[in-house]
Amino acid sequence: MTAATGTEPLVRARNVHKAFERLEVLKGIDLDVMPGEVVVILGPSGSGKSTFLRCINHLEAIDAGSIMVGGEQMGYRLKNGHLVKLSANAIALQRRKIGMVFQQFNLYPHMTVLQNIIEAPVGVHGESRASAVDNAKQLLARVGLSDKLNSYPRQLSGGQQQRVAIARALAIRPELMLFDEPTSALDPELVGEVLNTMRDLAGQGLTMIVVTHEIGFAREAADRVVFMDGGHIVEAGRPDEVLGNPQHPRTQAFLSRFL
Amino acid sequence: MSNEHAIAASPSGDAAARDVASAHTPFRYGQLILWIVVGAVVVNFAWIVANNENFGWPVVGQYFFDPTVVQGLYVSLGLTVIAMALGIALGLVLAVARMSSDPLASTLSAWFVWFFRGTPLLVQLIFWYNMSTLFPTLSIAIPFGPTLASWDTNSVITPMTAAIAGLALNEAAYMAEIIRGGLLSVDRGQAETAEAFGMTRMRALWRIIIPQAMRSIVPPTGNQLISMIKATSLVSVIAMADLLYSVQSIYNRTFEIIPMLLVAVIWYLLITSILNVGQGYIERYYSRGERRTGGAAQGAKPAAAAVAGEASH
Ligand SMILES: Nc1ncnc2c1ncn2[C@@H]1O[C@H](COP(=O)(O)OP(=O)(O)OP(=O)(O)O)[C@@H](O)[C@H]1O
Ligand SMILES: [Mg+2]
Repeated sequence: MTAATGTEPLVRARNVHKAFERLEVLKGIDLDVMPGEVVVILGPSGSGKSTFLRCINHLEAIDAGSIMVGGEQMGYRLKNGHLVKLSANAIALQRRKIGMVFQQFNLYPHMTVLQNIIEAPVGVHGESRASAVDNAKQLLARVGLSDKLNSYPRQLSGGQQQRVAIARALAIRPELMLFDEPTSALDPELVGEVLNTMRDLAGQGLTMIVVTHEIGFAREAADRVVFMDGGHIVEAGRPDEVLGNPQHPRTQAFLSRFL
Repeated sequence: MSNEHAIAASPSGDAAARDVASAHTPFRYGQLILWIVVGAVVVNFAWIVANNENFGWPVVGQYFFDPTVVQGLYVSLGLTVIAMALGIALGLVLAVARMSSDPLASTLSAWFVWFFRGTPLLVQLIFWYNMSTLFPTLSIAIPFGPTLASWDTNSVITPMTAAIAGLALNEAAYMAEIIRGGLLSVDRGQAETAEAFGMTRMRALWRIIIPQAMRSIVPPTGNQLISMIKATSLVSVIAMADLLYSVQSIYNRTFEIIPMLLVAVIWYLLITSILNVGQGYIERYYSRGERRTGGAAQGAKPAAAAVAGEASH
């Protein structure tokens, strides 16, 4: 699972700063994620985890620093040695290699499960309908929802919706998957089915950045755990190190709540 | 599996509770009496109206399909369709412009809505009709620069184009606000998701946002459409022979004012009834994701429980 050393990182964040009005949310984040690596971001509420995740696919523009994904700087390009802001459509192109799963699922409620999944492959990536439908069926089988092809999102339980959302993100064949608290909106008995799906993906070598409060998932599935607090990464390392023997008092305080 | 749970959850000594499947609804006499009274009043009133000679029903029948009336009906319907279509299209552009982060676009849109909602439609129509006295020629030119093309205003602004321009621009102002309200009613997360999946703004609007906004756009638009049908009667002031104008032109000759107005009234009611039915269909179409009990879901329920159970252990 652990990425081979020597290859280029898929995600390279350097000194990322982000403020909303006067509120400084990210105060210099550095993070490299290697291809195939599963990074879990932990941290108290308001520490900037979601904001950082949204900066990676440029849903939020950063104020300073840089974020590279797959060798491209998100939101900008170099022109005659100067950094130039990309147009909205060019940024849309950059995002095509990044899948995202949201806390509130955000399935398209007016579309069936199948339509939800093939929307981006057909409409954004130009995949043929037939092949997108084939792929969608395989993905639904993978998340255990083959019989829900023609259901609408509202007819599904939260856990089922989130698994469809994962299938939808996988359908664009992403190089990188971002998960923002994918189980936080779920009833406790539904958390397991979503985490199982994510564990499968982690095992299959997909590069994932996961914001979650599921310490158990971090322990089992993560290659690296990153602990954020107050807009900084205060501690990062192998799950057994960070979770088993946290060094920073903030991390210790945070983890003690889960014991 | 779920059956066992159900049995276990209900103590067997619970004799007072009977299966609701065997329950029957008590007959509601009060409601029946109310129905009879209301029914009697309605039928009686209809009888009185039908037998009142002052309404001139034979005349109504005689003129109902009169060529002048039918011609007027076509004008009213044609104007409604064209003005509404243009109004919705322009309203959509205005709504999107108003919501854009571009200050120029949103300001221009706001001014447009302010002006065309804030002045009487009748006055707007008269202005369009009299455009030639205000601007004798219409030109395409570079501002403060050379003229590229120019036309005689009278040849461009006929009563027909004046009516369409007046109705459509006024309608656009109202539709812009209706559409904007609809777009705002869609969960912010939807636009964000579309964006995260690499959709362009246009595509996100077209495929994700607008279909969801339609649920709150359609009912007030139905209202607008019905108002528009009646608003077309205003164009008679600029010499357009719409439905109302045609029946007026007939009763000016025959003096059968009430029967001729009844002809118009019945036509208007017929059209709005058809539109109501159409609106019902459209609303049902756009609420298709809303119902929890779709055919697909019902058939799939037992299997779903099995899969969920399998996945969560
Ligand atoms: N669009 C925004 N405008 C203004 N402030 C924002 C915005 N988004 C986030 N914030 C603020 O930034 C801070 C960090 O938010 P963020 O959502 O990144 O935290 P988080 O670590 O994901 O927390 P949680 O665990 O509760 O999801 C919070 O104080 C939040 O109020
Ligand atoms: Mg968050």
